[in-house]
Amino acid sequence: MRGQLAPYMFLSPTLILVTLFFFIPLVMVFILSFTKLDMTNFGILEWWKPVNWSLDNYVKIFTNRFLSRILGNTIMYVAVTLALFNVGMALVIALITTHIKRRTGFAFRTLWFLPRITPVVVYTMMWRALAGPAPMGLINKYFLVPLGIGGGEYLLHTHPWVFIFLVNGFIGASFGMILFASAIESIPKDYTIASKVDGATTWQTIRYVELPMIKWPLLFVTTYQTLSLLTSFEQIMLLTDGGPGLYQTEVWSLTAYHRALTSYFGNTQWGYGAAWSVVLVIIGIVMAVIYLRVFKFGELVEEPKIDQL
Amino acid sequence: MLRPKVKPVLAYLVLIVPSSLIILGFLWLLITSFSTRVEGLQSLGWTLNNWRFLWESPFGPQYPSIWAVTLNTLVMSLIMTLIVVVVSSLTGYALSRMKFPGRKGFLSLTLILHAFPSVTLLIPIYFVLLQIAKIPLIGRDVPLLGGFGYNTIGGVALVMVAFQLPFGIWIMKGFFDNISWDMERSALIDGASRFKVWWQIIMPNIKPGIAALSIFSFLTAWNAYLIPLTFTAGRAGKSAVLSLYLQNFISESVMTEWNAVAAVGLFQLVPVVLFFLFTQEALLNIYGGGKKGGV
Repeated sequence: MRGQLAPYMFLSPTLILVTLFFFIPLVMVFILSFTKLDMTNFGILEWWKPVNWSLDNYVKIFTNRFLSRILGNTIMYVAVTLALFNVGMALVIALITTHIKRRTGFAFRTLWFLPRITPVVVYTMMWRALAGPAPMGLINKYFLVPLGIGGGEYLLHTHPWVFIFLVNGFIGASFGMILFASAIESIPKDYTIASKVDGATTWQTIRYVELPMIKWPLLFVTTYQTLSLLTSFEQIMLLTDGGPGLYQTEVWSLTAYHRALTSYFGNTQWGYGAAWSVVLVIIGIVMAVIYLRVFKFGELVEEPKIDQL
Repeated sequence: MLRPKVKPVLAYLVLIVPSSLIILGFLWLLITSFSTRVEGLQSLGWTLNNWRFLWESPFGPQYPSIWAVTLNTLVMSLIMTLIVVVVSSLTGYALSRMKFPGRKGFLSLTLILHAFPSVTLLIPIYFVLLQIAKIPLIGRDVPLLGGFGYNTIGGVALVMVAFQLPFGIWIMKGFFDNISWDMERSALIDGASRFKVWWQIIMPNIKPGIAALSIFSFLTAWNAYLIPLTFTAGRAGKSAVLSLYLQNFISESVMTEWNAVAAVGLFQLVPVVLFFLFTQEALLNIYGGGKKGGV
């Protein structure tokens, strides 16, 4: 095990899993995206033969008249949810819960973890109850009507985007919350005590001691969650399914799902859906590479010293 | 600038107002599960009827009971957790401690993998699992797990492992980065193999990391929905897990009993909430720490 092979022995389980569940599927999706495979010609069309390959699906995507709306929706969805919740709210909860009584902090973090561990079907059902029209809907009944705001309409129809941000954000926030809280707790107590002794306020301690020390988890969560949001669609599918207006809340990954696995005409267009997802994979890879460069992840990958015995 | 007194109040408001939505929502869920109808948080009639799946199978005796399904979910979550932890720590160790060509590329790659949408890969993965099912011994008919092919608990667990690996590898690498390599070096000089060093010296030193990653993986697996839904045939088959059992109550042909859905959802939620309450302290070690940290 001392030889050149040792690293690869350690990597082999990951290599096998990645090959089976990422590379082979990706190559297949890539090939499928050039074909017209759908439910009607499944078993007939020889999709693996280059004769049946064409760029038609891609032409169809880039001439789709809803393309700019879907792209705009995707950018808005990722940017707003990420900034307000997956990073913003996550940081706020982590900072507050590590500065209040320990037990209260634990209680709040448990509360915020609930959305993540609730079955997604039940979770979206709960949000529909929150958004419901008066007198059933919770937000209408307990907040808006007493305050005299709005006419008690079904909020999911009047403000679908607000709820898409909330529903996804409440799940997303707990990922960053756990990592940030953990990072803050791992800061040696000497640092914070020293700043207190020097007369710093809590806010100054946070700003000048704690935030700089959790720089890496901040960058990691930003990167990781951008990619998570880009590829997630379950909640939007269950909540609005791209509606209520025409493509009003349709995002890229949901389009890929709709084209590949559901269709109004009764046939699922696997080839066309695959083309949508290939473009999404490319967007994701480009984003990841940009993040890796901008955040200088390279510094994390310093050469290990252990081999220089 | 705000006066110093205003800031903490503002911070608490930012925490408490959204938190109240969660409290309101889950209170509604609880009340709904014990009611025939609700209006806001008001029950219009209390009942235990929504919970009767606990003592009688709602879809007939040929389907697995809720307890068999719960056992399936537990087995799947444990298998997935075990594989994630072992594979991530092997890979994390190599990335943290060994020099080999392609190391930087491999680490970036693990992050980039996360950019691959699961929806894209579901159909091809289905074909891969069908192939695995043909492999003798591990493919199918393994007791408890079913195997690692299509429509088995092991197969579903394996796919979920793959999607959890990017996170696991980065987290574990962070823990290995923070351990001094002096111990390891002396063992290596004494002639121990890399594998022995990993298992006997390094792994016992990152127990907090192992615990934290295990908890996170277990919670993810317990709640998984899309992958089990895609890779098990029949929502009430012998490999059904809780999220699929729940799906049985939601139907497009007959009226969905949403109150029963609330009850089954709570049944799935309660064990993991308790689990989270007792393990949160350990989960908070998930960040390997240090000045730069691994994450």
